[in-house]
Amino acid sequence: MTQPVATCPNCGAKVVFRWSSSVQTVCDFCKSILVRTDVDLKKVGDVADLPPDSSPIQIGSEGSYNHRPFVAVGRIVYQYDQGTWNEWHVVMNDGNSGWLSDAQDEYAISFAAPGRKIPAEPLRAGQQCTWDNVLYTVSVVTYAHYRGVQGEMPFQTWDKDNAVFVDLRSSTGKFATVDYSDATPILYLGESVAFDDLHLKNLRTFEGWS
Amino acid sequence: MNAGPPQSSAAPAQAKALNCPHCGASLTLRSFNNAVTIVCSSCHSILDAKDPNLKILQTFEKTVETDRPLIPLGTRGKIRGVQYEVIGYQRRTIYVEGVPYSWHEYLLFNPYQGFRYFTEYNGHWNDTSTLRGLPTIRPGIVPSATYLGERYRHFQTAEASTTFVLGEFPWQVRVGEIAKVSDYISPPRVISSEQSGNEITWSMGEYMAGRDVWKAFNLPGSAPQPVGVYENQPSPVSGMTTSIWLAFSALMLALVVILIGCSAMQRDEQAFVGDYAFNANGARGEPSFVTDVFELKGHTSNVEVVTDTNVNNSWIFLNYALIDQDTGHAFDFGREVSYYHGYDSDGSWTEGKSKDSVIIPQVPPGHYYLRVEPESDPGMGFIRYSITVRRDVPNYTFYGLAFLALLVPAVLITWRSLSFEHLRWAESDYAPLMGGGS
Repeated sequence: MTQPVATCPNCGAKVVFRWSSSVQTVCDFCKSILVRTDVDLKKVGDVADLPPDSSPIQIGSEGSYNHRPFVAVGRIVYQYDQGTWNEWHVVMNDGNSGWLSDAQDEYAISFAAPGRKIPAEPLRAGQQCTWDNVLYTVSVVTYAHYRGVQGEMPFQTWDKDNAVFVDLRSSTGKFATVDYSDATPILYLGESVAFDDLHLKNLRTFEGWS
Repeated sequence: MNAGPPQSSAAPAQAKALNCPHCGASLTLRSFNNAVTIVCSSCHSILDAKDPNLKILQTFEKTVETDRPLIPLGTRGKIRGVQYEVIGYQRRTIYVEGVPYSWHEYLLFNPYQGFRYFTEYNGHWNDTSTLRGLPTIRPGIVPSATYLGERYRHFQTAEASTTFVLGEFPWQVRVGEIAKVSDYISPPRVISSEQSGNEITWSMGEYMAGRDVWKAFNLPGSAPQPVGVYENQPSPVSGMTTSIWLAFSALMLALVVILIGCSAMQRDEQAFVGDYAFNANGARGEPSFVTDVFELKGHTSNVEVVTDTNVNNSWIFLNYALIDQDTGHAFDFGREVSYYHGYDSDGSWTEGKSKDSVIIPQVPPGHYYLRVEPESDPGMGFIRYSITVRRDVPNYTFYGLAFLALLVPAVLITWRSLSFEHLRWAESDYAPLMGGGS
């Protein structure tokens, strides 16, 4: 993987990209949110402190899914009425990006699935949709808020505030989520996974646990 | 990977020590920042774990009966090779016809694998975790849920209210909270849906013996004995009903093959037949007589002696001796043939038969004759009878006994299985339908 290097326009620190297609990153030192332009990095804001959380995943955690290695390069922390959850931005070894969601240690991995028909209006719990010959049922509709961001992103998040997610599940553990935050909804398809299915390395440590 | 300074702190996450804002007792947060609610074990205040000041959300000490978890909070044990710590405990209660039934849930935590539970009811345990897929519900007299190709039958739906909590939870808990819980069973598994508000969560439990819980968590003493039959408790004869009937069928088939094979190989031939008459009115102790000599061929095997008489409200007793002409060895046996019939207040009745058959086993081949000594009541007149001797006949008694010997265990196991299922379903929503119980 190529690792383009740039300089933080705010503090001058070195900014290394793990993923060449990153659109946005956060300076490790001054916590400036930096957006890539054609020529350099532009500061667009500062990140708030992330809420304390206990995800075992951290930036740099590596794993594999269906024999495809990936590395976590960034995350979005969403807040909703029951608490917060993490969407880890993972980059597969083929350069594609995906999302590894960790909600209180329940894991799901998904990938943007463009070109499928998506209902224009958010669905309600119990409604059904079929994508790629898999029948999905809406399990929950979540109104969330961008609580924080860390690391590299495939899109800009600094200008975002609220989000609406429709989560769907199939009978076999396939997972789909439709992001209705923008004018054009985006579909992600994937599956719920067990921790062991991800073969994760370089994880956070917890005192008293190995 | 050379990627600048680490973005997450390298220091391990530590369990936090806190103090209850209500009573000052010390609290330990065991699930790190996953905890949403924590209950003070001293004063039972329910606290907001996300609030830096641990805002008191509810106090319930005075209102409910307290409860002591069988596995103390903080105990660690191994489940399927993974270490878990008990971090939360709650009692949940349903009312059936006004009678409260309570079970206990132990929340287990591993910082990587997440959460799972043990549930305990009357000494019956289940190892429970969240389902990743969505079961398909099929309505019916007994609705069913299908999950990963397995069919689960609906057992019970009830409103469960939380009646006691202890420890910490990654979600909001309150005493008095109500959820609609439905159980679908396929022993030893159960899948349950839990609905509170709009959200439905599914979990799967697998029946666990108390002693395995005790072993996994290295608990002192022994697990309480389970009481009664639990909804997803595997039947002690589970799977045996089918296999024993399969074994029964296979053995019956073998028996039929043996029967056909033996019948084909048996001579089953008539060696002698003779017709006689006995004058019961004649002088007492009519002398015995001997038959002609006949040959019993082949190898040592059985001999059937059939006595066919015309007794009618009378009897005849025949003293037989089957004698080897060459060695003088005799097989002695006596047969009484009697046949009575008539009418009484209950209608017509009969007793006995006019024909008798007996099998003498293990008769070596040779030349034999019968010595016959008939006896009857004086005044019975002439009794006619014929004697038939058959060599190497099939003995169906053996097959009958073998059939019974095979049938009895199959029937017993089926009966045991049915009575176990009866007890199981007697506790369900379908008791009148399937359990027949109260």
